Amino acid sequence: MKGENYMHLEFPSRSTNEAFARSAVASFAAQLDPTLDELGDIKTAVSEAVTNCIVHAYPEELGPIILKARILPEHVLDITVKDRGCGIADVEQARKPMFTTGGEERSGMGITIMESFMTEFRIHSTVNKGTTVHMKRKILPRGGSK
Amino acid sequence: MKLTSFVQDRQLTLMLRGEIDHHSAREIMGAISAKVDEYLPLRCILDFEEVRFMDSSGIAVVLHTLRRMNSLQGKLLLQNIPPQPYKVLRTAGIEKLTIMKEECTQ
Repeated sequence: MKGENYMHLEFPSRSTNEAFARSAVASFAAQLDPTLDELGDIKTAVSEAVTNCIVHAYPEELGPIILKARILPEHVLDITVKDRGCGIADVEQARKPMFTTGGEERSGMGITIMESFMTEFRIHSTVNKGTTVHMKRKILPRGGSK
Repeated sequence: MKLTSFVQDRQLTLMLRGEIDHHSAREIMGAISAKVDEYLPLRCILDFEEVRFMDSSGIAVVLHTLRRMNSLQGKLLLQNIPPQPYKVLRTAGIEKLTIMKEECTQ
């Protein structure tokens, strides 16, 4: 594939938008001809990132979630999920498997899943400013036309 | 989520369906709890065959059901798990806590 492509979305932190966000990224990623497994990994990671915004960034109110996806050279899908919520005081603690402040309804596995399902994962957070999650996933080219 | 269930000899089978995420998880947990409380099974089977997508919210659903079955001194079994939910469950090490039967092919 030649050149780059990108998309930007902004939506409020309503939980009904979790399905919308992962479906939108999956539709955008389709141009890279991913396998079902690759698409499953991408949808899962996006769902985790958006859920974290809904549950943790804006626990008491609705706020904006900004979702960006880009196609980079070498069949790389680049995803950014950004909020302007409360931020994370201790990012290292949040990254630990099974750690959650979300109660019994959460498993504490969201960040672990994003880290293990994507090729690259970065998180940057400032208290009372917001959190940005940056993920990359290389899509292995398959045989046939590109 | 519509939850289809059947009971035989105090074994409760619950057929999960659709997409399990944070948005749907609370309703699913409530539906599972209601069925478990109604039948007080010795064995509960969660069947994932009709699950089209699951994120880490599904792990919380399984752990919630596991705690409920442990309190009844019963067993929990997961079956017919498609590859995408299977990978999520494996990442959380669920196979160490309960019985995960065969992975089904999509």
